Amino acid sequence: MDPHRKRTIRLAVALSAAVLLAGALVYTSFTASTEARSPSQLARHADAGRSYQLTGKVVPGSIRHEGGLLLFRVRDRGGSASVPVTYRGAVPDPFRDGREIIVDVRRQGAVFVGEKDSLVTKCPSKFTAKKGPAAA
Amino acid sequence: MATLGRACLFLAFGIALYGIGASLYGARARRRAWAESGRRAVFALAGVLTVAFVVLESAFLRSDFSFDVVATHSSTTTPTFYKAAAVWSSQEGSLLLWVWLLALWSSVALVVVRRRAREAQPYATAMLLGFAAFFGALLIFFADPFTVSSPAPAEGAGLNPLLRHPSMMIHPPMLYSGYTLFTIPFAFAVGALVARRLDAEWIAVTRRFALAAWFLLGVGILLGARWSYVELGWGGYWGWDPVENASLMPWLTGTAFLHSAMIQEKRGMLKVWNVSLVLATGILAILGTFLVRSGILDSIHAFGASTLGTPFLLLIGGLVAGSVYLVASRRVELRSRHRLDSLFSREAAFLLNNLVLVGLCFVVFWGTFFPLISEAVTGHKASVGPPWFDRYTVPLALVLVLLAGIGPVIAWRRATLANVARNFLIPVGVGLGVVALLAAGAGAASHPAALVMFGCAGFVLAAVGQEFWRGTRARRAMTREPVPAALVALVRRNRRRYGGYVVHAGIAVLFVGVAASSAFQHARDVRLSPGGSARVGGYDVRYVRPTSKLASEKVSLGAVLDVRKHGRHVATLRPTRGYYPSMDPSLGPVGRYFDGQATSEVGLRAGLRRDLWMAIEPDLSSLQPIIRDADRRFASARPDVQAFVIAAVAARYLRHPPPATFRIIVSPLVTWIWLGALVVFGGALIALWPAQLAVRRRATAGYAARVSRELGRA
Repeated sequence: MDPHRKRTIRLAVALSAAVLLAGALVYTSFTASTEARSPSQLARHADAGRSYQLTGKVVPGSIRHEGGLLLFRVRDRGGSASVPVTYRGAVPDPFRDGREIIVDVRRQGAVFVGEKDSLVTKCPSKFTAKKGPAAA
Repeated sequence: MATLGRACLFLAFGIALYGIGASLYGARARRRAWAESGRRAVFALAGVLTVAFVVLESAFLRSDFSFDVVATHSSTTTPTFYKAAAVWSSQEGSLLLWVWLLALWSSVALVVVRRRAREAQPYATAMLLGFAAFFGALLIFFADPFTVSSPAPAEGAGLNPLLRHPSMMIHPPMLYSGYTLFTIPFAFAVGALVARRLDAEWIAVTRRFALAAWFLLGVGILLGARWSYVELGWGGYWGWDPVENASLMPWLTGTAFLHSAMIQEKRGMLKVWNVSLVLATGILAILGTFLVRSGILDSIHAFGASTLGTPFLLLIGGLVAGSVYLVASRRVELRSRHRLDSLFSREAAFLLNNLVLVGLCFVVFWGTFFPLISEAVTGHKASVGPPWFDRYTVPLALVLVLLAGIGPVIAWRRATLANVARNFLIPVGVGLGVVALLAAGAGAASHPAALVMFGCAGFVLAAVGQEFWRGTRARRAMTREPVPAALVALVRRNRRRYGGYVVHAGIAVLFVGVAASSAFQHARDVRLSPGGSARVGGYDVRYVRPTSKLASEKVSLGAVLDVRKHGRHVATLRPTRGYYPSMDPSLGPVGRYFDGQATSEVGLRAGLRRDLWMAIEPDLSSLQPIIRDADRRFASARPDVQAFVIAAVAARYLRHPPPATFRIIVSPLVTWIWLGALVVFGGALIALWPAQLAVRRRATAGYAARVSRELGRA
């Protein structure tokens, strides 16, 4: 086969494969993603059973244990609107009052149930914009 | 002292600007003296920044709380080792560390390559000084580490307890060394493009720095994974977090470059690809630095919203635009001399390896930035989780490991059937044998991806072993040396090649650990009271009794766990949770201990076959009324009385232990990850180690030809 033609075919095959893979990547990322929502957005509207990624701050004084169940409220980063969340299982070390968290939740009635192993707490360690004695 | 530090920053900024001007003028006007002056500016910069860093470091060691950054990130009770390392736990200190390391590594590079790449060097110097000027400006105008307060607070906030782990102390300098070292090949690539000197010289000049960057960034990533595993209390070592991904992306493209650079050096091919890879790697290193500071993505590391996002975005935008322009405008000079002879050749294997690595990087990039992409497209922020990453990275990793075995044994230019039969028979047999054995004997067939990975790893280890054996045999045939001496001499004479093979073997071992620990892990969260037990992965875990310990900095509450298998004692583990006091006085003298930062000290029995990993989270709700009461009654008591009350609360925990939530994980072959990584780094060190001149000279053409004949590659 003519080497030039051979190279063209190889290039076409490689490009087609790349386009197909990129298409799959884009499609699956949109279909498999979890929408990020703030507590105020979820308080306004949340479909029952649908998974959302809730981001916000743990309301101080709201953390309670009922048996193996953890109950707390999450509020907007810059506001006071909050939603109740339940979570079962171990939580990350930095989890406590006032900490920013990210958790995948599904609405069940008036409560948002956290999905197992989805709770992550932002590490408060570094590079915080505001500093103060309590910002350890 | 703060004035001295700040003066150093201004001086460093001025030196960087001067050096840029001198280097560019020297290059454009062909005035060597000016270019040399620009080069010396880098050494001066390193000296001045060393003084600035020493000033800040000494402030931390002296607990000089007049420095704001010391007051907010250290305390008198912070252990000295952690005081020294607390410098880079702050935004300001970490930026100073970054630019200091940049200046040091740039100085090393300019000394090593002083007589090479003469035309590209002034531009490379200007580029490196450009980075230094950027970071210097950030330190002066946005994140001054030498800001002072008067009067100074009597005590500091202390280092975040989560960072009090030895690997966390070394992790940032390793990462930053990797990032800053990657700017060196980037700068020389830019220099070569500007000077239109696009032969392989810039690659030869910077290859060792690219390898060092790859090595140190890899060490940094590994230390981060290890810290996550033993310190964060969730039992994982990789979570596809944006900050983790930020360090992985340049490492992946850097790995691709280290392979494709060989093709350009040996065959004069892939010039556009190589220069693009290096430019992308340098930009990704800056992107990694930016990501941890911008707050644009939600990360567990959450390095808060800061004011540095815009300057970084401008820098990255400029770097991307400049890189695209340079590559596009030099496309004629970048045309390769040779073309790929066959798809069945080492060049093709390297090219495929590059495509897989870049594909992996793209997957990671897309997943990391998907929240921003989805917001731009749909108006809603959405994110993809680990299952999405795994869907793409697992098959790509399988291909990558397979190629790690193919690359060392396939012939250059064109593999013949005889070559394939001779070189692949044993490795393929071993790989298939491993698959058959594990599928039949160990029940691994339930996890096909893991099973295929074990087979690929077997193939790689056999291929690498075969190469070592053949090389040693060839040398023995010539020198009659004993096997160990022949093996050592073989590696010493070709460190780059055999170091690379060791790296491949380590990667195979590492991925065996990743596959096994991901596919065959047993994990449970259980709530137990003393005497209670749970079965996880065939192990019976019994909560024997609670423990408590008071130290000057924390209260530790934990448990003694007895682990048995088939009734036989296997281990006694003691996970604890350390409660560090909050600096918030409103929480009360006792409550501030239990409402402060808590960290897990996991109970870990690591072994070659499996790890038993356990973390505890005591339920302190039954203690809360007592703590609140103590806060009211002892609010104004003396510190020693308050300490006594805290001890009493801890004693009550022992007398009336509440139930605790335990995370229990039985995970096979996790140790293989760390061992595999050590092998990888050992291989990288072999490849990095400079060959002795005398040894190089003794490697005569006759010897090379004879070895080649023995290896059947003549």
